[in-house]
Amino acid sequence: MTLARDNLTMPAAPVSRWQFDAKALIAAPGLVFMALAFAVPVLMLVGDSFVDSEGLSLAGYRKVLGDPYYIGIIGNSLQLACITTAVCLAIGYPAAWALARIRGVWQVILFALIFLPLTVSIVVKTFGLTIMMRRDGIINFLLVNLGFIERPMRLVFTEFSLYFGMVNVFLPFMILPLYSVMRMLDPRLLDASASLGAGPLHTFLRVTLPLTMPGVIAGGTLVFSISVAAYVTPGLLVGDRFMTMSQVMAKAYLNIRDFQLGASMAVIMLVISAALILASSYLVRAPGGEKR
Amino acid sequence: MALFGSLFCRIVLGLVIAFLFMPILIVLTVSFSSSAVFAFPPPGFSLRWYASLGNADSMLQAVWLSSQIAALSTAISLVLGTLCAIAITRGMIPGAKAVATFMASPLMLPGLVLGIAFLQAARDFGLRDTYTTLLIAHVVITMPFIMRTVLASLSLFDFAMVDAARMLGRSYPAALWTVLVPNILPGFVSGGLFAFIASFDNYPVSIFLVDVRTKTLPIQLLNQVEMSPDPTVAAISALLILGTIVALIVCDRLVGLKRMASI
Repeated sequence: MTLARDNLTMPAAPVSRWQFDAKALIAAPGLVFMALAFAVPVLMLVGDSFVDSEGLSLAGYRKVLGDPYYIGIIGNSLQLACITTAVCLAIGYPAAWALARIRGVWQVILFALIFLPLTVSIVVKTFGLTIMMRRDGIINFLLVNLGFIERPMRLVFTEFSLYFGMVNVFLPFMILPLYSVMRMLDPRLLDASASLGAGPLHTFLRVTLPLTMPGVIAGGTLVFSISVAAYVTPGLLVGDRFMTMSQVMAKAYLNIRDFQLGASMAVIMLVISAALILASSYLVRAPGGEKR
Repeated sequence: MALFGSLFCRIVLGLVIAFLFMPILIVLTVSFSSSAVFAFPPPGFSLRWYASLGNADSMLQAVWLSSQIAALSTAISLVLGTLCAIAITRGMIPGAKAVATFMASPLMLPGLVLGIAFLQAARDFGLRDTYTTLLIAHVVITMPFIMRTVLASLSLFDFAMVDAARMLGRSYPAALWTVLVPNILPGFVSGGLFAFIASFDNYPVSIFLVDVRTKTLPIQLLNQVEMSPDPTVAAISALLILGTIVALIVCDRLVGLKRMASI
């Protein structure tokens, strides 16, 4: 649902000629609300991470960044996000390409079929995934009947089920931004490339890929940032066997009540997502990012 | 070669759609199963899990609570967000672009981080009422969806029409209500639908704010899945999926799905 986060439609505002207008007060309720209910709590959280019972302290960060256990957990989260993003890109790219090339009523139907799973609750989908992963579930049923394995094996609480589930839940977030870029691509460019003697691989590397790079960046950023923070899907599919930053944050607040640990972890995650957004907006704007 | 490539892509697309629908179809199948275990294929079919929903009081309460929170927070966001978006579009406030980014930014933060921030702030401000806390948090969650679609709609709207209505004697609020609102109604419908779904499905923020007696639906569902998963959970999930499809079709009739998704 977070498809077009970086192309917020921005009207040209005559900022330089700005002077106070009583009508501007219509913005006040929303702005004041968001300042109090959103900006203040987030800033307070950042502040809390630097404070313990005795005053200013970096104990929370020392605990997280000085402990191999927590470093490993940050690594787990990043690994989860990297692999999920890579698999989503590898599967999503050809799928989005086919979706963008198909015309007419089929495009509408197929588009709806990619879009619909996004609107189904993540808890419901993950629940379906846990049923699929059971020893008597459909994955084992398929694997046995297709002759890949002889007896059903334990899938639930394995990393296989984790990545299977993550890709299942987040794949549309990759396909839709890719699709919206690919749809704009003029197919005659590919014909031009071919008629000038470029082979399919050459055309892909020199024409298709550079032109669709904004979609790759948008989809990649989106999938990475939501999967690095994913909580429900990893929690249900592997649980404590694969601890992530989200798991630690939730436990710190809901179970062990170590608020400084939770706040420090939250700020680290905030920094990761902010870095990601900045990096992606830099990549999209960078002159070498699109044309090479 | 090119033909082979496009065939390959089409096969991938077909497999992707099958893959995406797998868990959804499984939940639907299990909800009609006659057995209490989730064996595949199911031994027989029945409607007993739907019948047992009538007794699932805590689940029905959660549905009711989530519906209220989602509807109220979407409504509040629509009013506050639209007013703000008008000021941004008309350049009435300085730094319009920064303001627009700020209003849409909760979407870019990890949900758990937002949830923790709300939990701490509610404690520090002494806000003890779970319902109010949830509602405030969900207005923040829904605001970006409204801002995005309404800003996009307003960028296509000709404000000269508002000026015309004022010259014809309408007050500014009346001109907005009778001219602007009907014109950007599609933006309201699609933004509102996404906002409602985002609130209704929210887990990572709500988990920090609920209490034992006040649980939103995703929290209650996940509880049940972890504690005692039985096909009752599948039955309620199936009804949720059905509800979403109906809502999408209604909104498609109103504004068109393509337009909704492209914003």
